[in-house]
Amino acid sequence: MITDEPAIWTQGLRKSYPGRGAALDGIDLAVAPGTIHGLLGPNGAGKTTTVRILATLARLDSGQAWVAGRNVVHDRAGVRARIGVAGQYAAVDEVLSGRQNLEMFARLYRMRAKQARQRSGELLERFGLVEAADRAVRGYSGGMRRRLDLAVSLIRSPRVLFLDEPTTGLDPRSRIEVWDAVRELADSGTTVLLTTQYLEEADRLCSRITMVDRGRVVAEGSPAELKSSVGGRDLDEAFLLLTEGA
Amino acid sequence: MSTLTEVADTHGSRITWAAVDTWVVAKRHLLHLVRRPDELLGTLMIPVMAVAMFGFVFGEAFGVAMDVPGSEYREFLLPGLFALTMAFGIGNTTISVAEDVRGGVLDRMRSLPMSPVAVLAGRALADMILAVVELSILLALGTLFGWQAHLGLGGVIAALGLLILLRMAFSWVGILLGLLVSGPEAAMKYFALVFPLAMVADTIVPTDLMPGWLAIPAEWNPLSSTVIATRELFGNTAGPATTWVGEHALTMAVLWPVAIIAVCLPLAMARLRRLGR
Repeated sequence: MITDEPAIWTQGLRKSYPGRGAALDGIDLAVAPGTIHGLLGPNGAGKTTTVRILATLARLDSGQAWVAGRNVVHDRAGVRARIGVAGQYAAVDEVLSGRQNLEMFARLYRMRAKQARQRSGELLERFGLVEAADRAVRGYSGGMRRRLDLAVSLIRSPRVLFLDEPTTGLDPRSRIEVWDAVRELADSGTTVLLTTQYLEEADRLCSRITMVDRGRVVAEGSPAELKSSVGGRDLDEAFLLLTEGA
Repeated sequence: MSTLTEVADTHGSRITWAAVDTWVVAKRHLLHLVRRPDELLGTLMIPVMAVAMFGFVFGEAFGVAMDVPGSEYREFLLPGLFALTMAFGIGNTTISVAEDVRGGVLDRMRSLPMSPVAVLAGRALADMILAVVELSILLALGTLFGWQAHLGLGGVIAALGLLILLRMAFSWVGILLGLLVSGPEAAMKYFALVFPLAMVADTIVPTDLMPGWLAIPAEWNPLSSTVIATRELFGNTAGPATTWVGEHALTMAVLWPVAIIAVCLPLAMARLRRLGR
């Protein structure tokens, strides 16, 4: 179901932690359905906090946030039924095998046992994990683990997928594998909000980018628009100019 | 491609789903034990060693102090060790929950449309199933050393029920601690705190042989109520019950665990919600 209304929409998102001041100081976001939207910024800019709030893992202090047409404060269950989360914190079980992880999370996504087994089989195949399916995740390579993490977040074919720094710490080849998987998802209609510190990643994957720094939005636009707005040749220059000027 | 089915959010369906989710999470912890059997062996080693050490190394001397033969001391000892094993389970529970907080598995579960209480209750259920395994092994071992239940199967089942209830209470203590500590390392560092809980109680030494100031907390230790109650139900040797708690051991063996769960479960749930801050 594709509608014109944004898949993710926030206004004036604010969040502060005691003793550490404002993590988010009024974030406005609008993400069109079926697109890959990048949240780009240095460490501590508020990227992860934004995603945690949108994924119902953290509470907002003030402002409004809607995901897949559901309010993240008043309808947590509705949001949770429509999202997938993968990345640095939403982990998989290290002791279990890849298949056991998928089947367990599928059951927790309220699938029947038979359906859970079938869906796990599909995802293992799709992410090239059939051979490693019955080995403990602890022995997986970084790339395999991220692919499993991604597979788990896709069990219920979410409308909106949050990827928090999905390629941090990966070697170049694994990074490209994850990028390919993310592109495929967007092609099939999933909306992806991706946080990253890598400019190249944002440039290659995202149709729109929101740059954040110190809890505020410093720029928003397509990669090309951001480059031309500062008269620079590449995103690196735009990024440095925008985050320093803030 | 699977489609999203809307789950009717009635009160009844919520309870059913909480039960299903709890079982799925419990199965995860049981699979851990199958994949890492050394952990189960480690847990079992404590009571097995305790039977050997306290039963035979110190047993004869304790028997002399209690004015009974060593074999009768061992009859007194085993119900104490059953309950002590339930208490030592707190360590594993705390470490496992702390690992799940650190590793992000709890966050993943919190982002799912699953029952929030099942995220934690699954661990408690797994602990209770594990307790059944541990108690079976201990009963077999006890029988091997000449320990006996004298009052028939009904008493044995009631006693095991009380022990499993105690384990459930300690499981919620462990879950709460696991959510509060800064990490699994801290949980391991504080593990020694289980010793006073397990031993300043009517488990290994009868409270009337303790100094007066120590006998009072030992008698009020929830562990003591379960131990005294199970000694009654097994028909085993018991120390003299002179205090109010000692005389009402059966009632207290139910009340204590229920009270502990009533305090720890809501606190753990509140803490789980606050993990995201």
